[in-house]
Amino acid sequence: MVSAVFHAPLEATRQSAEEKQALRQAQGERSDAMRGEPDRDQREPVSPARDPGADSVRAEPVEAPATAPAPTPHRTRRNPIDWREFWLHVLPPLAGVELLIGVWALSTQKGGAFPTPAATFDAAWKLFADPFYRNGPNDQGIGWNVLNSLERVGLGFGLAALVGIPLGFLIGRFAVLDRMASPIVSLLKPVSPLAWLPIGLLVFKSANPAAIWTIFICSIWPMVINTAVGVQRVPQDYLNVARVLNLSEWRVATRILLPAVMPYLLTGVRLSVGTAWLVIVAAEMLTGGVGIGFWVWDEWNNLNVAHIIVAIFVIGFVGLLLEWALMALARRFEYA
Amino acid sequence: MKPMLQISDVGMTFPTKRGPFVALRDVSLDVSRGEFVSLIGHSGCGKSTLLNLVAGLTVPTAGLLLLDGRELRGPGPDRGVVFQNHSLLPWLSCTGNVLLAVERVFGERESRAQLRDRALAALELVGLTHAKDKLPGEISGGMKQRVGIARALAMQPKMLLMDEPFGALDALTRARLQDELMKIVAATGSTVMMVTHDVDEAVLLSDRIVMLTNGPAATIGEVRAVPLPPLREAPRNRLEMAHDAGYLATRERVLEFLYRKQAHVEAHTA
Repeated sequence: MVSAVFHAPLEATRQSAEEKQALRQAQGERSDAMRGEPDRDQREPVSPARDPGADSVRAEPVEAPATAPAPTPHRTRRNPIDWREFWLHVLPPLAGVELLIGVWALSTQKGGAFPTPAATFDAAWKLFADPFYRNGPNDQGIGWNVLNSLERVGLGFGLAALVGIPLGFLIGRFAVLDRMASPIVSLLKPVSPLAWLPIGLLVFKSANPAAIWTIFICSIWPMVINTAVGVQRVPQDYLNVARVLNLSEWRVATRILLPAVMPYLLTGVRLSVGTAWLVIVAAEMLTGGVGIGFWVWDEWNNLNVAHIIVAIFVIGFVGLLLEWALMALARRFEYA
Repeated sequence: MKPMLQISDVGMTFPTKRGPFVALRDVSLDVSRGEFVSLIGHSGCGKSTLLNLVAGLTVPTAGLLLLDGRELRGPGPDRGVVFQNHSLLPWLSCTGNVLLAVERVFGERESRAQLRDRALAALELVGLTHAKDKLPGEISGGMKQRVGIARALAMQPKMLLMDEPFGALDALTRARLQDELMKIVAATGSTVMMVTHDVDEAVLLSDRIVMLTNGPAATIGEVRAVPLPPLREAPRNRLEMAHDAGYLATRERVLEFLYRKQAHVEAHTA
């Protein structure tokens, strides 16, 4: 569940997305749409979000004239929107979603415990009509539940960042510390959050701090590892500059290491936030109280499956929003 | 007149897994103020090692290096270094990169505005005022190298140390930057020590050429003065040099040293 795998910074993932785009264009011309599409959409869950018109228009001028047998519209000076390209990117994701809903509707046609898409949509409508009601400590609107969960995530993740990033710096900079920390990190990294939860309950004796502790201990690893690797991969060139200018250790850290490490650091942060959001839902299911995870378990106890499905979508959507926000932040720090 | 830089019997031995590796031995050289000295030799002859010693990035295992009578202890802003790959920080603009050096040297005594003026003056010296706010990723290789030179000069160092500064550039840009460098030296009167592979570049730019023998255990084989007026007084025109007797004679001597006397390169430089 918790995988602190080192990911290369934003650049590599974006490049591979453009390569896949070029490939898709070439294939799309040859056969009509759906061959192999569902697989691709699942492998790249971020792509519908990440390549709206702008990206495709940018990538297209290089690829399209070479690969497309059917000529694209002749570009005038004012560069009009290529509607064909646009629909080629918007329709497949929509088709995928529709296919999913279609399969869902077909399989729930005969009734049973699993709700139909229509029933789920109905329930969702009611839920979102009044997301911020309060009827008591355990009966709140879905909006409050999400916010409560986000608050815990914020605290746990914030603490993890505060501890993990400086630790990553130290581990990356000083080989001795790296050798000291390496076995501990490797050992604790793959541990499931649910195994950490009892320890949190034991030490803190309360659900809220225990959940925050669980988020902390699970989301800290990507930040430590990515920051450490980033520091180790700072090009020797920059360190040479620091040496000939005879900069103090503090200046080296703030003026050279920090900007150079930033892409790696932000990738670590992205992974951590994803992990933290994952963990909070699981932790809340076990500890109860308030929050979206607790709500899921509560609705299961009420056998309100439609609400559970709505919760799944909400959790996924909030996770996506968090990811987008951090990617936007990461783009601000791109300089290469 | 006392020379500015004195290298006395300097030797450099590196400890390696296969035993101590002698890179340089018995190197003695004096460089006067305002002089342009080139270090030339085959690959692996220790030119960069010698430059690193003068820059203070390495400490010699034998001998002494004195700058204005004081022993060199580590790198410092009194020797500005220009690397072969420009080593510009890609998140800072050209001005920002030069400011990094300026702040280091003058940061305590001067205001932000004054520091910025220094940085802009250095960029003007290398002809890059129009690109002052651009990032290194947005400018060409030649421009990046010029920013590197501006950064070194902005510190107002006693010596400018250049390690094959134009090696990574194409021939036309190289020629252009050599001309720029001549103008800069004429304007600032800097003392320069340059490592190069290129015989023509060495003869064109130097007042003296130091030819190193082949490594390992390289030493100074020959030092030749270029029979032309000092570079800081009179920038040289490369087209005229093609006919100048002094230029051609020096060039021939250097080539003879490198390719006849030191012909057995491959056996030593593995």
